[in-house]
Amino acid sequence: MTMQTQALPRTGMGTGSRKALLLGGGLLLALAAPFLLYPVFLMKVLCFALFACAFNLLIGFAGLLSFGHAAFFGSAAYIAAHTVKVWNWAPEFGLIAATAVAGLMGLVFGLIAIRRQGIYFAMITLALSQMVFFLALQLPFTHGEDGIQGVPHGTLFGLFDLNQPLTMYYAVLAIFVGGFALIWRTVHSPFGQVLKAIRENEPRAVSLGYRTDRYKLVAFVLSASLAGLAGGTKALVFQLASLTDVTWQMSGEVVLMTLLGGMGTLFGPVIGAALVVTLESYLASTSLPVPVVIGCIFVVCVLVFRRGIVGEIVARSGRGRKPS
Amino acid sequence: MSHLFGIPPQALFGQLLLGLINGSFYALLSLGLAVIFGMLNVVNMAHGALYMVGAFVAWLLLTNAGVGYWGALVLASLVVGLVGLVLERTMLRRLYKVDHLYGLLLTFGLALIFEGAFRHQYGVSGQPYPIPDLLKGGTNLGFMYLPTYRGWVVVASLLVCLGTWYAIERTKLGAYLRAATENPTLVQAFGINVPVMVSLTYGFGVALAGLAGVLAAPIYQVSPLMGSNIIIVVFAVVVIGGMGSILGAIVTGLGLGLLEGLTKVFYPEASNIVVFVIMAVVLMVKPAGLFGREK
Repeated sequence: MTMQTQALPRTGMGTGSRKALLLGGGLLLALAAPFLLYPVFLMKVLCFALFACAFNLLIGFAGLLSFGHAAFFGSAAYIAAHTVKVWNWAPEFGLIAATAVAGLMGLVFGLIAIRRQGIYFAMITLALSQMVFFLALQLPFTHGEDGIQGVPHGTLFGLFDLNQPLTMYYAVLAIFVGGFALIWRTVHSPFGQVLKAIRENEPRAVSLGYRTDRYKLVAFVLSASLAGLAGGTKALVFQLASLTDVTWQMSGEVVLMTLLGGMGTLFGPVIGAALVVTLESYLASTSLPVPVVIGCIFVVCVLVFRRGIVGEIVARSGRGRKPS
Repeated sequence: MSHLFGIPPQALFGQLLLGLINGSFYALLSLGLAVIFGMLNVVNMAHGALYMVGAFVAWLLLTNAGVGYWGALVLASLVVGLVGLVLERTMLRRLYKVDHLYGLLLTFGLALIFEGAFRHQYGVSGQPYPIPDLLKGGTNLGFMYLPTYRGWVVVASLLVCLGTWYAIERTKLGAYLRAATENPTLVQAFGINVPVMVSLTYGFGVALAGLAGVLAAPIYQVSPLMGSNIIIVVFAVVVIGGMGSILGAIVTGLGLGLLEGLTKVFYPEASNIVVFVIMAVVLMVKPAGLFGREK
């Protein structure tokens, strides 16, 4: 399976088994983590990690910078909260609805935004997500500034009582692992190879006969759906869907997580999300203004640390590829 | 004719004037963005934050140093322009050789820093800024009441926009600038210091944002959030107009401001999103923007 990644020279001999080892170790760590750390904190990390991985699928593997991913994340949170709280749906159906709505929005956004490339793409997605923000502010079912509060945890598949923090944690972990596996599979599939080709040189991909707009659109929908899954899960975990999740600051935050961890690496966004969430919960107890610190990290990352943490590790361990 | 389409004319023209004022700010800001983008290939995400900084510098000058509106108009623009020069020299410059997206990300980080710092210092509530004595009062035009200051804002920003257009399209310096946009290497070979020109362009572009901030201070309150509220709309304006043309930026900015004003009269619920909807429609019909060229 890893042979397919040979297109990128960074995977040399033996990295396949190393990657498997890393995956197994990470999974073990994730299984044991709730006994060492506060489960709610871990669930927050997992939700944002999935969100960042979904975002990274676009920027890292298709070269599309979406500056409006909060629209999918936040809208899905509203949908999950509304279906579960007001319509009394089971959590699994709430999540399916949230993911589906985010995917549909991704389809609409994608159809509009992929008509332009590069920075225009970023500006268009930002503008569209701001439209979603205003809609969320005005539509009656989102309850404006209050958001949807007190969403019941419910019982997953009628079997697992999500009021138990541990049960909830393992459910969230399963969702994350599922989403991550899907991204892993996508990146290593022929479809993923075409995406990388588009990222590296779109005109060449076109001349090879690929309808690049279609590929980009599918990637966009997939990314939006997974961002929605992450948002819906977050709404169920925290029993809350609010305006915060649809703001442009949230879109910026997921960019930072991915940038910090390493764009275009599979594990980077997970590490970036963990770091940013940890940092924010630490900063909350100090008097330092969070946006300023976040902004400074942004500036430092862009100026001297463009490969991100995982990208840097990969580059240092020999056979590195040049930063883009 | 006391009612136009069932709307009292006072309300209609009042909203149209407000739209025209918003449009003036859209025009000034998108003009700066277009100038910067043309030369540096950077989408300046910090533009809104620097607009806010301009307003704050004016407010700080007034409260701490007693410098009034007219002094602030010049000084605040200069200060913001200088900040821009420093940012370009120390940071943006390092990113010209990598993907343009990094310029966008850097300026986004800078915007967060500016906004966060001012928010930390001054809170989110707005600070009032008085209208200068010379521009107080207003005139009754018969069909509506025109506050002098609002009329001044529209005229002043139009003058600045047209002046910029003239400087870029009709003067020698502007010709150098346009040439350097097309082919920096060749212009450099002719003995023109392109790096300095790039710095000055960025400084000038953000100085326009600072100027817009001072103009806006007496109309909206001076608040740390004023920049991010307006800049995303300006991005949509830029996408609609296409960044290729200066006049395009001005016309689109004013036009969309007016349209927003009209929406406030006839269907207020949609006034926040009308620009974004128009952007989506324009992208479907003419992806390069109304005044843009397909590359």
